Amino acid sequence: MKDWRYWLAEQRGTLLAFAIFIVMFAIYSANHPAGFTANVVQTAANKGVLLAFVAMAQTLVVITAGIDLSVGMIFTLTNCMASWLVIGTGLETAFGVAAVLGTGLICGAVNGAIVIYGRLQPIVATIATGAVYFGLALLLRPVPGGSVNEDLADFLTGRFFGVVPASLVALFVAVLIVWVPFSRSELGRAAYAAGSSETAAYMSGVPIRRGKFLAYTLAGLLAAIGGLFLTFFTYTGEAAYASGNAYTLFSIAAVVLGGVSLFGGKGSAIGAIFGALAFRTIGDLLFVFDFDPLWQPLFQGVILLIAVSLGAFALFRVRNRLEWFL
Amino acid sequence: MSETTLGGIAGRMPKFLRRADPAVATAFACIVILLLVGSLYSRSFLSPEYLLQQLKVASFLGVIATGMMLVILLGQIDLSVPWAVATGAMMACAAAAYGPVGVTLAIPFGILCGVAIGIVNGIGVAYLRIPSMIITLATNAVAQGLMVVYTGGFSPQDSATAAMRYLATGFAIPGVPNAVIIWALIGAAMVFVLTRTSFGRAVYGIGNRERAAYLSGIDTRRVVMIAFAVSGGLSAFGGVLLAGYASKAAQSMGDAYLLPSIAAVVLGGTSILGGRGSYLGTVAGVILITLLQSILSVMQMPEAGRQIIYGVVIVTMLLLYGRAPASR
Repeated sequence: MKDWRYWLAEQRGTLLAFAIFIVMFAIYSANHPAGFTANVVQTAANKGVLLAFVAMAQTLVVITAGIDLSVGMIFTLTNCMASWLVIGTGLETAFGVAAVLGTGLICGAVNGAIVIYGRLQPIVATIATGAVYFGLALLLRPVPGGSVNEDLADFLTGRFFGVVPASLVALFVAVLIVWVPFSRSELGRAAYAAGSSETAAYMSGVPIRRGKFLAYTLAGLLAAIGGLFLTFFTYTGEAAYASGNAYTLFSIAAVVLGGVSLFGGKGSAIGAIFGALAFRTIGDLLFVFDFDPLWQPLFQGVILLIAVSLGAFALFRVRNRLEWFL
Repeated sequence: MSETTLGGIAGRMPKFLRRADPAVATAFACIVILLLVGSLYSRSFLSPEYLLQQLKVASFLGVIATGMMLVILLGQIDLSVPWAVATGAMMACAAAAYGPVGVTLAIPFGILCGVAIGIVNGIGVAYLRIPSMIITLATNAVAQGLMVVYTGGFSPQDSATAAMRYLATGFAIPGVPNAVIIWALIGAAMVFVLTRTSFGRAVYGIGNRERAAYLSGIDTRRVVMIAFAVSGGLSAFGGVLLAGYASKAAQSMGDAYLLPSIAAVVLGGTSILGGRGSYLGTVAGVILITLLQSILSVMQMPEAGRQIIYGVVIVTMLLLYGRAPASR
């Protein structure tokens, strides 16, 4: 096989997610009353980027064959935190941003420490830590409120040169700074190896623990960036249980749509980003077709159900029935 | 490390205690400690009325946790509990609006809706081999979507039937709330099924190693599917009881039951990996969680503090005895 065919096989999930997104966005903008304008793109980007950050966070953990059911709560916690800290003069704002991102890192590190060094099941452990993070968020914001440095917020949610949405640029920068170095580093490969076969990776002396720990920690950081952006969009902090849960749920949907295997070891954050953007666009399709917004939760749920059921097609290729049971 | 200390303690304990599962024993010990702490705080904490009231509140969680335990014993998880509970409650109340036939069929109809959710979960997990965590999250979202469309996004106006209220708040035997009797009946049935029927043994077998269970001639897919259907039905029945207790259904009434039901099962010593656990442990876990909630609310702890303590307690208990073996 030629090199490009290997590349194609490896990136199939990502390319599929990209294609789904392009098709959905074409339908969306073609039917949007305002058409394909910079404004429409900016609004869509701002909505999609939030989920894209959380989905990237989820990807890092899912690659290690784990799952982080607390991403939505880290997202909520950092949102509440940013509504207190990211305010004031330039220096104060910078300090606030650093504190918020640091909190995300700590939350992720706590998850990682409990799951890896405490040897607990990621599902239960992250549900429990998620409850703690939500409790902290409620402590910070018993009622919605707060404010944010509006200059910074408007800058990061506006447009560069009147065309390019700033939030998309921020997403791109996050990919360059977090995902690209991670996926190319030794520890990033260790995270992939641990997800693919933990025993084999352990036997070959791969630093699986450090790799997984880094994945959980960076997931916390990415969720915090998402929380920061939520504050930039809404100008307030709110400890909303339903919204935190919804982001966790949608992040899993985005990861699946983005071609990341829930069994670990396969997929990329780029795919998850397109999965997230596609999921958001599909959800918003209802609006351009003038459906009652009441139908949106059902519509998104059905899409999620279909997306996760698509994986079942692999069953048709199973020759030996014993392969049903992993 | 912890095993040796436990062993050391066990050596000095009476025989019947030595045979007990350390997790179940720990859970019961925690219940006693909680009761003592509570009685220091308020004199009425140890009164029979208060304890019966706690048992009644615990029975709603107990019914839901029974289904959750069945699924966790298989090594799976059911995250569709929140909206299975709400669907059961809303559909039972909705049926009550359709004349006398609706009123009589309200409870079975609510439970059936939960069973339907469970069957979708079961098909996904058993036949399509989708990870249970994912498919149950998806069905939860679909159930939520259906209920939002049905209710228009508000809490439904229909109220619970007299039968539902009687089940949740009445007294068939003087002094013993009906909800407690229901939990006892469901619990007894669960113990019988788990320990005395081939279905129960199959559940433990699948939880240990599904491949081995399949090779020994068990129709593992059918067992998994039935377990999920039962879990959905019990969640919905819990919702029916809750609707009877509050005399109406509400939008997010089930949200408060997902984490506690998992926590109760896991704190009771059932392995989250499946195949190991006893119903007695789940009973202990349910009572433990309910007492913890009650003490926190007696102490007027705000919701934030409750969530934090919850999470910390669960992680701590799991770290004490829920750890996976080290890779070697």
